[in-house]
Amino acid sequence: MTKDDFWEGVRGGFPIMLAASPFGALFGALAVDNGFTIADAVFMSATVYAGASQMVGIELFGNNVQPWLVVLSVFAVNFRHVLYSASIAKYVRHFTFGQKFLAFFLLVDPQYAETEKRGERGLPISFSWYLGFGLIIYIPWIINTLIGAIFGQMIGDPKAIGLDVLLPVYFMGLVMGFRKRDRFLPIVAVSGLASVAGMHFVGSPWHVSIGALAGIVLAACLPPSNQAPAPAAVEKEA
Amino acid sequence: MDPQHLNLIYLIIAAAVATFLTRVGGYILITQMKEIPPRLEAALNAVPAAVLTTLVAPAFVYGGLDVTIAMFVAFAIALGLNLSTLRMLVIGWVVVMVIRHLAM
Repeated sequence: MTKDDFWEGVRGGFPIMLAASPFGALFGALAVDNGFTIADAVFMSATVYAGASQMVGIELFGNNVQPWLVVLSVFAVNFRHVLYSASIAKYVRHFTFGQKFLAFFLLVDPQYAETEKRGERGLPISFSWYLGFGLIIYIPWIINTLIGAIFGQMIGDPKAIGLDVLLPVYFMGLVMGFRKRDRFLPIVAVSGLASVAGMHFVGSPWHVSIGALAGIVLAACLPPSNQAPAPAAVEKEA
Repeated sequence: MDPQHLNLIYLIIAAAVATFLTRVGGYILITQMKEIPPRLEAALNAVPAAVLTTLVAPAFVYGGLDVTIAMFVAFAIALGLNLSTLRMLVIGWVVVMVIRHLAM
């Protein structure tokens, strides 16, 4: 554990912390709006620590979706992390078991991107650097959730201040972040149509699983393309 | 604590465990498996766009005219100018507030 490495990590993570802060506060406000207490919102930010999936979770919870489907959706939205941890495996082999545990817990999109970048440049990836980078994002994320939740509780009608439009636009932004991937347009078109049809004919919350399954099955069935897969590092959560 | 609230706590813990599994899963897999079958990889690649689209499309169709317009404007401007998600949120919010203000 070296101090210099730790503070280098903190400095590197600082701008990302600033960029993520509004989303932490937004999560807090929307969580309270969807029936969470302030403590629930903070608890979720501290334990799940994955912004997009937390938004998905509260949206589905607010719509009284079955619990197993909420957990499955959180799992699905976070599935990209499997690729991240596979990809950075070569850089964190020298961590101890406990360090790996903590490192994977903190493995959010920018943490992955920065670790990958550093590793490619041949810079050492010490646990101190990793921890400094991770904590400067993690701790403010929890504090911002608390601030957002406190403000959220003071707001009466979310429609009156336009809160209801934020989640769909936010998710739209996330979808657009994946537009460089293979078969992006057909997947989005099929999932979109299937989810609207599911909403119309079956009803919420089934439209989520129906739409998602349609896009995933399509992707698996299409003939393999020659295009190299887009690097996940260019995608970011917020 | 009432049972319904306790269920929410369990739900959050389950979501946290599921998330953690995705974050260690790749490390465990890569040390076990030589390569991922291409169709499985294509399916995995499609997961985020497919899941997230199902949260966007119904809101666009059934969210009300003001929400539909706001989403469309935010989408068009963000795509044209290559804006960040945060800027896109601001645009969507401004449009919906203007429409609601004018409609009052």
